[in-house]
Amino acid sequence: MRARRQSRSHRPLVRFLLRRLGALVLLLIGITLISFLLTQAVPGDAAIANLGQHPTEESIRAFNEKYGLDDPLPVQYVTYLGNLVQGDLGVSQQTHQPVVDDLSVSIPATAELAIFAIVFSTIFGVAFGVLAALRRDTAVDHGLRVFTLAGISVPMFWLGLLGLYLFFFKWGLLPGGGRLDPTTTPPTDVTGLNTVDALLDGNFATFWDAFKHLILPGAVLVLYSVSLISRYTRSAVLEVLHADYVRAARAKGLSEYTVVTRYILRAALPSIVTVMGLVFANVLAGAVLVENIFNWPGIGQYAYRSAVSLDLPAIMGVSIFIALVYVIVNLIVDLLYAVIDPRVRLS
Amino acid sequence: MSTTEAVLPPSRMRRFKRGGGAAAKPARAWWRAPTMLVGLTIAAIWVIVAIFGPLLAPHDPLAQEFAITQAPSGAHPFGTDELGRDILSRVIVAARNSLPLAVLLVVCAGGLGTALGVIAGYVGGWVDGVIMRLADLFSAFPAIVLAMVVTASLGPSTRNAVLALVTVTWPIYARVVRSLVLSIGQSEYVQAFRLHGASARRAMWKEILPNVVGPITVLATIYLADALLLLAGLSFLGLGTQPPTPEWGSMISVGTQYFQNWWMATFPGLAIFSAALAFNFIGDGLRDVFDPQSQVGSGARGSDPAAEEGDA
Repeated sequence: MRARRQSRSHRPLVRFLLRRLGALVLLLIGITLISFLLTQAVPGDAAIANLGQHPTEESIRAFNEKYGLDDPLPVQYVTYLGNLVQGDLGVSQQTHQPVVDDLSVSIPATAELAIFAIVFSTIFGVAFGVLAALRRDTAVDHGLRVFTLAGISVPMFWLGLLGLYLFFFKWGLLPGGGRLDPTTTPPTDVTGLNTVDALLDGNFATFWDAFKHLILPGAVLVLYSVSLISRYTRSAVLEVLHADYVRAARAKGLSEYTVVTRYILRAALPSIVTVMGLVFANVLAGAVLVENIFNWPGIGQYAYRSAVSLDLPAIMGVSIFIALVYVIVNLIVDLLYAVIDPRVRLS
Repeated sequence: MSTTEAVLPPSRMRRFKRGGGAAAKPARAWWRAPTMLVGLTIAAIWVIVAIFGPLLAPHDPLAQEFAITQAPSGAHPFGTDELGRDILSRVIVAARNSLPLAVLLVVCAGGLGTALGVIAGYVGGWVDGVIMRLADLFSAFPAIVLAMVVTASLGPSTRNAVLALVTVTWPIYARVVRSLVLSIGQSEYVQAFRLHGASARRAMWKEILPNVVGPITVLATIYLADALLLLAGLSFLGLGTQPPTPEWGSMISVGTQYFQNWWMATFPGLAIFSAALAFNFIGDGLRDVFDPQSQVGSGARGSDPAAEEGDA
């Protein structure tokens, strides 16, 4: 044990990082290939999908020529990769904007929702998980178990709809979708996150409006993530709850608060970090459904609209972006994991 | 990319040996877990509803009445939809569509994942490398995103929705099975079996595979809820089962357009929720039965397969 710890210099970390980055590049090539092949499998003609029901032959030919759809497949793929490396994802056939521009507009919207969901679900999830573990097999634990199982069983899109019906339509407490009221002037674009930008402007009314719009879609995403985090935290805490060093800490007369935060949570942290990667993926996936219900102009809605309208450059762009985020988050989780838990060997 | 290492720690594996005595020494008898009982009851009700649906439905699920979007009443306990069809009957009949599809999805993805996982764990070498990198690749997309792209590309239909979800969910099973095959293959009783002159193939069929079946069954139950939610999600987006076939997800989707008629979306949603909850209750209980210490992961990383499910 001691020998291993001594041999742990920075070198394994660097080597680990390089190997993971290499794997990441391969993975990304695979992802572009998959999304490329998938979009090629489209039996429907992209030109027809975009030009309406009865396009003329000339307009089809012009369309195909414009987007290079007549080249052989490998040529199309290489062209795409070449453009991709230069940050050019092509032009969306639906919005007639570069896909990169479309993404840069919709990413902050999703980011705001995701950050809201992740922050609140982490706070409540960890609290619930610790509580359930400390009160194991009591009514509190059973209650939280039913609650978290319900949380992962609820169809998000249905919950969102129900929330809209009650809080917007019935009681008028919360806005009915979108990021801001139509009457509210958007804040100066700094981060793209309306709540943060409004605060930077010092405009509290705008902040409140943006925040109110976040509550319902955010809560729907939070419920699911809270359940995941809580279940993982409970497991992790139970694992160390009766460890000798925890008992020793208690025997020393440390307060329950210190024991829980300094000893138990510290040991449970790697598991909590691990589940964060999963939560991130679930929030991204949930965004597709939730954004569609709340008319939230994020990447989920963009992905859905481009998929339904067979907007190939947009589909590829958005799926590559989501996969990229997903892969990078997992890399960060693995790294954090190794940093937090010295027992993990980077092999 | 996912973190599933094993459903059960290897120490529990012998329990599954030869199928018998799987629940030989549960820490807590399953019937004493009320959630398990509730789950089994709800699931049983849904199975009955799915089998006898057309007999139980009070109306023809496709028959249209002149008075559309009626609020719940004695004649139509769940109200009627935008074409004047009885929602209760549609919810009931949809069960025989949604539930078998979820089972089909789990069986296909589980079968494919198990086969590839066994090959990866058993053959090893570059075959293992290729299969597991493929698994990484397909789990680099959130399931619903890739499924959305696949169904949009192939055209929206029930078959394509299942196909798409099989494509994105098989890696879950492959990872678990591979690690099981690896750990069982190295276990003493398999080594002993081989020392007695059994061929590798014989060891595979007689010792390794039977031990994989148990954990995979538990995993499949847990993922049944997930499958149901994913399928409903795709249908909700208009990429799964197409109208006029009654389907829970697409009924909710129609309900979003008739927002003020709360009953149109509420009841199909309750159906999905109750069925998914039942499967999750059962899965949660099964883990307790099979592994009383299921909270304790097998490796350094936590491996709570129930908490693992997602992407819905």
